[in-house]
Amino acid sequence: MSDNFDKDVKIHWCPGCGNYSALRIVKESLTELKFEPKDIVIVSGIGQAGKFPHFMTANFYNGLHGRYLSTALGVKAANPNLEVIAISGDGCTLSEGGNHFLHTIRYNPNITNLISNNSVYGLTKGQASPTSMLGFKTKVQTFGVINEPFNSPAVAISLNASFVARAFVGDIEETKNILKQAIQHKGYALIDMLSPCVSFNKVNTFKWYKENSYYLEDSHNPLDQSEAMKVALNLRKLALGVIYKNPSRPTYEENIQIYNSDSRPLFARDLDKNKLEKLVNTFR
Amino acid sequence: MTRSVNLAISGQAGQGIATVESLLTKALKRSGLNVFASREYMSRVRGGINSTAIRVSSQPVHAFEDRIDILIPLSDEAIPHLQHRMTNNTLVIGEKAFLSMDLLLSFISIEVPFTELAKEIGSILYSNIIALGVISSIFKVERQILHDLIEFTFLKKGDKVIQPNKSAINKGYEIGAELEDKYEILKKFYMNKNPEIKNDLILDGTESIALGAIAGGVQYECFYPMAPSTGIGTFLAQQASKFGLIVDMSEDEISVINKALGASYAGARSLVTTSGGGFSLMTEAISLAGMLELPIVVVVGQRPGPATGMPTRTTQEDLRLVLHAGAGFFPRIIFAPGCIEDSFYLTQKAFDLAQKYQVPVFILTDQYLVDSYYNLPFLNLDSLKNEKFIVKTDKDYQRFKFTKSGISPRGIPGYGEGLVAADSHTHTEAGMISEDPEIREKSVEKRLKKLKLIKDASIPPEFIGDANKIKYQIVSWGSTYYIIKEALDKINRSDIGFLHFSQVYPIHESTKDYLKKAKINIMVEQNPTGQFANLIENEIHIQIDKKILKYSGYTLSVEDIVAQITDAINGGN
Repeated sequence: MSDNFDKDVKIHWCPGCGNYSALRIVKESLTELKFEPKDIVIVSGIGQAGKFPHFMTANFYNGLHGRYLSTALGVKAANPNLEVIAISGDGCTLSEGGNHFLHTIRYNPNITNLISNNSVYGLTKGQASPTSMLGFKTKVQTFGVINEPFNSPAVAISLNASFVARAFVGDIEETKNILKQAIQHKGYALIDMLSPCVSFNKVNTFKWYKENSYYLEDSHNPLDQSEAMKVALNLRKLALGVIYKNPSRPTYEENIQIYNSDSRPLFARDLDKNKLEKLVNTFR
Repeated sequence: MTRSVNLAISGQAGQGIATVESLLTKALKRSGLNVFASREYMSRVRGGINSTAIRVSSQPVHAFEDRIDILIPLSDEAIPHLQHRMTNNTLVIGEKAFLSMDLLLSFISIEVPFTELAKEIGSILYSNIIALGVISSIFKVERQILHDLIEFTFLKKGDKVIQPNKSAINKGYEIGAELEDKYEILKKFYMNKNPEIKNDLILDGTESIALGAIAGGVQYECFYPMAPSTGIGTFLAQQASKFGLIVDMSEDEISVINKALGASYAGARSLVTTSGGGFSLMTEAISLAGMLELPIVVVVGQRPGPATGMPTRTTQEDLRLVLHAGAGFFPRIIFAPGCIEDSFYLTQKAFDLAQKYQVPVFILTDQYLVDSYYNLPFLNLDSLKNEKFIVKTDKDYQRFKFTKSGISPRGIPGYGEGLVAADSHTHTEAGMISEDPEIREKSVEKRLKKLKLIKDASIPPEFIGDANKIKYQIVSWGSTYYIIKEALDKINRSDIGFLHFSQVYPIHESTKDYLKKAKINIMVEQNPTGQFANLIENEIHIQIDKKILKYSGYTLSVEDIVAQITDAINGGN
């Protein structure tokens, strides 16, 4: 039932790539939430996941490597009426874009951020990514990865991100459910979306993710930051579901004063010449 | 020829020189005297040695002169710092401790115990304000003007601050009157006043650019603080609510430009303000603006580099950087305002052109321009027009449609029935990734066509002089405009012309003819290699004959130009 967002194009991903499921999950979730393609802006960076918007019908901005969260924030700031979904990979988000990842969480724009996380560089053919496990061997990391993996949910929780979840693209319905919550959440919503790379990551396979993850019980209290942090810090058994939520944080757009008195997006506004004239005259 | 009295106030950072400068220039202007002021300061918050130069005249003054007629030292470093600009006739008014220099320098000194007098009023903090009173008295500014300014400036702080400051002003006037009785020399500083200028505007480059941005309809300003451009962001932040614009001080320059482009994609008139170093971080996204055909205005405050260089000093050495920034070929426009008025009008125009041609437009400034100010009668707002270039999209909308002109109608997401794509890859008309050689060629040609349009609409250089008589022609760009103009007035030779560029790229087609009229073209610029001379050579293959280059980090002065032009001409015969 995702025909609205379907696009008749050849998809560039490898057969069996986790991104196919991710694409289906995104399209179906948006359809089920009754969005129209023209309401949606997909913002992406560079990498295999960065090509995402080319394969579905919506407005999109496929920009630079690592910068998509800044772009998404700019789009949302200029027109809060747009539903902004920011998608890119673990390399784009956490390596090239690490600083923007941290600071976008601090701003708390009302956007949904999907990190399609496969723990490897696909587009550049198989180097380690910031989320690759210690010891993961590649053509470049010949003795195995020596850098501590970047734990994006834990970092996000430490920054009091307003919504932090993890999902696995192998579970379509569960992931749709998490994504829909993320989209409907008011504020920055992060989903660390585990998405296997069938070409370059022979360790973190569909089977591996299945065996090394679990769904959070109903007893998990996502409003408790310490409990959430404990869950997020466990990288041996990956928790799936909504790990942390802080619904009390105001969004960036709510904090932008000018929207309090006038909800029109920026493009719909005009210069008030009288005000300018008054201002100029204060310099006499 | 312009006769001015040149006043300098010098002391440490944190001593309130800027406050005195601001009050004094306003007071002089409101009393009917023309003023020009520019400051030089160290990159520190406290201590060091800074100065401000204020020229006072019956005629309009717009440029920096080295010569100091009256110096008010506020620290013992003031005279050593400024001695190269002092003469035998320089009058120094100040504390004994700041006058008794062990220097081989003669000047006229008048001792005034500012600190002691300030203590009598209640705090040494008032010593500057007493000095302000003395100077105002010497220039015969009505005392009420100062009282009004004090009241206005300290309104929020209340009577507790206003009253002692007024007393300090009064004290200054008392001393001023005493000094006048005692020292004949003070009479020569008297100047005729022109009541017509009392109501003039008084603006510095920062304010003028910020006002120009507002006039250009700025809706989204993003920046990271960096001298000498921080002031624009500060100014706009203070006006944001009033004008309904968003000002975002972001985490770094890379996010700054990417946010601004995101906002531009969503239809906002976007501005970023930075300096050479910060701009270097933006270059990848500038190339993205070229690919996505997104309007963006970028103010680049030049400061002497490389790297951190001299943060608070002046230069014209980032033309090359801005001209070439970003991978690949794409059209761009570069302005370099020559004066305060230009700063306003060109900034407004930058927004218009950015929207019209969907290109990045740069405004090159420098510390001298942003920190200088003078009085001017008005800014013309009547003819202001911010044309709307955004179209409502229909179902079949294609963002990058190939058109005859090269410009595709610009749709934005959320306005109309269509979908709006933006793709950093080479893309089809619909914005889809493409590696088709034909699409690539058509896309490049689209960018070439836009460059042609932009070039045809370039601002011609301003020529001053008699085209039929000139043998020599001074060529310059950006903030040196008035310095050179005044120097040429002083030299007063009909065989020297002046050609000034406020648009430095693409240069107007008339440039060739102008340059051919003179036998010897002399470029004046403040960088070590003659960047604009090289640009001209590259673009129109005319060799500039001589270059006057300054790269000390300190601004050219009228005297510098007089001396160097005279030299260049005498050496050239």
